[in-house]
Amino acid sequence: MMIDGVEPIVAALGGLAAPAPAGLTGKVFTGWLAAPSRLGEVFVAFTGDGVQFVRPAESVHGDADAFAEAYRDRFGRPLRPADRAPAGLLPALRGRPAPSLRLDLRRLPDFERDVLGATRRIPAGQTRPYGWIAREAGRPRAVRAVGSVLARNPVPLLVPCHRVVRADGRLGDYMFGPAHKEELLRAENVDLDQVAAFAQQGVHYLGSDTTGVVCFPTCHNARRISPAHRHGFRTIGIAVAAGYRPCRHCRPGVEAASA
Amino acid sequence: MGEEFRDESAAAGHVDEAEVGLRLALVADLDAGFAEVVRAHERVVYSVALRLSIRPADAEDLAAEAFLRAYRALRDYDGTRIRELRLRPWLLTILRNTARNAARDASRRPGPPPAFEPVAEHSAGPSAEQQVERDDVQRALGMVLARLPEVQRTAVVLRHVVGLPTGEVADVLGCPDGTAKSHISRGLQRLRALLAEQDDDGPGRSSIGLRPALTAGRTVR
Repeated sequence: MMIDGVEPIVAALGGLAAPAPAGLTGKVFTGWLAAPSRLGEVFVAFTGDGVQFVRPAESVHGDADAFAEAYRDRFGRPLRPADRAPAGLLPALRGRPAPSLRLDLRRLPDFERDVLGATRRIPAGQTRPYGWIAREAGRPRAVRAVGSVLARNPVPLLVPCHRVVRADGRLGDYMFGPAHKEELLRAENVDLDQVAAFAQQGVHYLGSDTTGVVCFPTCHNARRISPAHRHGFRTIGIAVAAGYRPCRHCRPGVEAASA
Repeated sequence: MGEEFRDESAAAGHVDEAEVGLRLALVADLDAGFAEVVRAHERVVYSVALRLSIRPADAEDLAAEAFLRAYRALRDYDGTRIRELRLRPWLLTILRNTARNAARDASRRPGPPPAFEPVAEHSAGPSAEQQVERDDVQRALGMVLARLPEVQRTAVVLRHVVGLPTGEVADVLGCPDGTAKSHISRGLQRLRALLAEQDDDGPGRSSIGLRPALTAGRTVR
């Protein structure tokens, strides 16, 4: 039987074709742009769901093509230049609060997303040990794995992996070099010299004998303790044994003591 | 070089300068070229996705996923392979595979049954009457189309919804031209039978407007 193009059913089938919705290309392409940040100029890639990838221009020798290639290798999506930054990106890159900023971390494995989520909750001007992140992410023994995840943080600065430090008080590595880590923390008014001095004395936690609360040294509650009422502890276990309660803000958990 | 493309296109049954331009754009700059490819083919890919997805609401995601798979494949192709690529049937083959995977995954996962889409209410003034009738016809047609076996449905959609030549339909189905032709004609036959069956079943909601529009010229009852 010959199919006749003017048969009513065939004509009606032709009417089923429809223009693609306006949002389709946005689901295929990722936008990218360059923006100023606390690490100098950064290249940023973002989908409709949020920011997906951030790299300092310096880390790719200022080469936008190298950034694009790194993005494609990791995410397998095409890029197109964007002329507008997503909400909250520019203040966040400058270290200002940006509650409207959305991150697109959908494709990451659960553990990576949990690690980045815990890291994102560290307030500016404070630090937490890798072991703390592991505990917050629900895998207290996976301290090394936390280090590996943060070493390839897709969205540095926006997820402040520079605030995650070693349990012994040293800063540890940073994906763009320890010098940048120190620079970023000092810019947030973390008193690194004091933290180092405490660590040298074996002090990793500070308690107040007026409140009976024990904190990480960079916690804003710890910073308010006057020297006369301040007590240093090597482990959280010792502090708890001495009658101190772990701070509800910085949550220095018991597990962190063994790390 | 031009000769080579003409021969290639001629083998596909038609000469398409635009298609050759797209291939060259891909070779020159994959991402920028791919933006052109999406622009040129999104209507066809989306229209087919609408008929291959379990729910029409999934069609946009299905089309996007197919384009992304195509892009990932292109990243591994060298220039020679891209210059020989017949983009439209290639994209539609990827779309079909993506849809089949999605359908398989959905059948493994318990979920809501692929029920009929809720029918949007029309705020129809008298002037919109014709449009409403046409929408109803298309919705009804879409529903019976969804009841065809996958290969027949795909064949009918490729040939008659988006107007591919039979040779390209065969490419997408991965079968000889003759087989593609028979899938198309059997699909149409089955569509007619399903529509007639609906008419016989009485005035169900899905058959609104079908008889006058689709079976006009045929003897009914």
